[in-house]
Amino acid sequence: MKDEKKYLGVAVPRPRVGFFELSSCEGCQLQLLNNEASLLDFLGLVEIVNFREGMKEAADDYQIAFVEGSVTRADEEERLHKIRRNADLVVALGSCACFGGVNQLKNRFQDQEWVKKEVYGNHPIASQEARPLSAFIKVDLEIYGCPIKKEEVERIVTNLVLGKAVNHPKYPICMECKAKENICLFELGEPCLGPITRAGCDAWCPSNRLGCWGCRGPAPEANIAELKRIVAKRKIPLERLLDRLECFGGFAGEAGKLRLALEAAK
Amino acid sequence: MKISCEVDVRHLTRVEGHGNIRISIKNGEVKEARWEVVETPRFFEAMLVGKLYENAPYISGRICGICSIGHTLASIRAIENGFGFTPSVQTARLRLLLKHMETLQSHILHIYFLAAPDFLGVGSVLPLTQSHPEVVQQALRLKMLANDLCDEVGGRRLHPTRTVVGGFTMLPEKYTLGQFRQRLVASLADLAASAALFASFTLPDFSRETEFVSLRQEGAYPFIGGNLLSTDGVLKKEHEYRAMTNEYMADYSTSKLSRLSRKSLAVGALARINNNFAYLRPKAAAIAGDLGLRPISHNPFMNTIAQLVECVHVVEESIVLIDELLAADWQEPRQLVQPRAGIGVGAVEVPRGILYHCLHLDGDGRIEKADCVIPTSQNHANIYHDIEDLALFCAEQGKSDMEIEHLAEMLVRAYDPCISCSVH
Repeated sequence: MKDEKKYLGVAVPRPRVGFFELSSCEGCQLQLLNNEASLLDFLGLVEIVNFREGMKEAADDYQIAFVEGSVTRADEEERLHKIRRNADLVVALGSCACFGGVNQLKNRFQDQEWVKKEVYGNHPIASQEARPLSAFIKVDLEIYGCPIKKEEVERIVTNLVLGKAVNHPKYPICMECKAKENICLFELGEPCLGPITRAGCDAWCPSNRLGCWGCRGPAPEANIAELKRIVAKRKIPLERLLDRLECFGGFAGEAGKLRLALEAAK
Repeated sequence: MKISCEVDVRHLTRVEGHGNIRISIKNGEVKEARWEVVETPRFFEAMLVGKLYENAPYISGRICGICSIGHTLASIRAIENGFGFTPSVQTARLRLLLKHMETLQSHILHIYFLAAPDFLGVGSVLPLTQSHPEVVQQALRLKMLANDLCDEVGGRRLHPTRTVVGGFTMLPEKYTLGQFRQRLVASLADLAASAALFASFTLPDFSRETEFVSLRQEGAYPFIGGNLLSTDGVLKKEHEYRAMTNEYMADYSTSKLSRLSRKSLAVGALARINNNFAYLRPKAAAIAGDLGLRPISHNPFMNTIAQLVECVHVVEESIVLIDELLAADWQEPRQLVQPRAGIGVGAVEVPRGILYHCLHLDGDGRIEKADCVIPTSQNHANIYHDIEDLALFCAEQGKSDMEIEHLAEMLVRAYDPCISCSVH
């Protein structure tokens, strides 16, 4: 697989890449394999030197490291620092790596010992609060989503290989949803974070009549106050809004405030 | 007789998640033979406490990146059982079709991308794109068909979007289902070629007598709900799953472990076939015969063969399901459910074996307690004891260090473990 890659007749470099996973479902890595139609082209674009889930060989001389998952144990901190030392570019792959993802849902409990006891009883188990990569190392690029959208990853990797800038949309998912002429989920009585969540997934969930859960984190110009007003107008309980705001960690600050307010109101 | 050998595999490759193999043989005696699970726990059962029921399928589907559909369906079944709700025939058919396509994509991923490189003497599927392009294309065609149909029915191949308590948010197009039917029929040729390929491989001749556990239904090869059966003759109801899993903890594993009548048990494709061979569809049964798979097989390496047989079975059955769906008029995609207090259990056969979700719900449908028992966690102790026996077997046969390491790795891979799932 070391043959030269050409684009418009000009040789382009094939960067050496590694894929790594911390606490996660490993689904974001699998999404790459899930793109069967273009998988072989994608594999021709890069030289994969480290991908434990897919290959036996492993090397540390990678230029780009894609890291999936969040940090929940000390040994993962060490592994992450080692990856950072080896790589020129570290990419956070998916919501767990970018924001903590569903893993950070356990952080909402004041008593983390209760969390351990609830699952393991008195059996000792090492775990700490789930944190994103950026809490420990410098992250060069974030790819959002739970799961990541394979077309988006392929576009971003192509840009990296060709030296083009990677830009994420600044507008929210609502824009993409409107462009697709979907029924608004609020019309169906379902909460949706489409108005405040960063676009780029092509309104993946709302197009399947599931309100957005905010896995891609906030759009830069998110108007959360207006969303709360819509939720109130539609008589959707705030608890259901909170469920979505706190699911993936991208709205952690706002979710924390709302949780405190709801608990105070009880 | 093998005198001495040290195997120390840290973070075994080509499996989902993180596990280590350690084998130590000194002067012909096996000093240590261990399968260690070092995956970090994510505490899904605690995460769900206090949440409204509608969160459970969405969050717990994210336990696994391979069998997210299975987790979602198990969670939904637990809630519906808890509420005393029975889904419509249409919903049951669509869920089974979705389940079958997850089984197909997951099995193909394991058979070709994780297991086959061992038989073809390479470290990954990457060199096969050059040396065996037709094999890779065959695998990609099958996997793409399964995933495309998952998109059509479940909304998304990974972490599905349309699957909800009460049914689906949206229905597929009938015309599109008809097109998928044609692709399913065509895929049987690729599966026959896959069977021919695996018939040319020599599987390690290693057996250890094992208790196999799977679902059991009257007159059908089971996937969603039913009784719980073991090859040692234990039969329980779905809600009695704890008597079938008997979870305990050990210092070598961050995953919980299971046992039943013996010191360990096994679940998965081989367990399903061992318990339900008579209910395989005709082409699947014929291919099982061609590949020498007969119940009860105690060779763990046969699990990969059992997966291949199941691929054929689910394709045959999916064709029938599509015919049934096309013959009926569409009903409403989603029925209303009424929360009520209770304990619901959902048992679903996912690619790696029987999966249980149990939810304690209050009268508002809020979750008071959650329990998930994962197929791979039920298999870990069996893998552990298989490794012990394999080490003895290798020591007696005088195999080289490289051979022992290779066989031990292949043995673990044969279970197709989903380790992050098992720890969850």
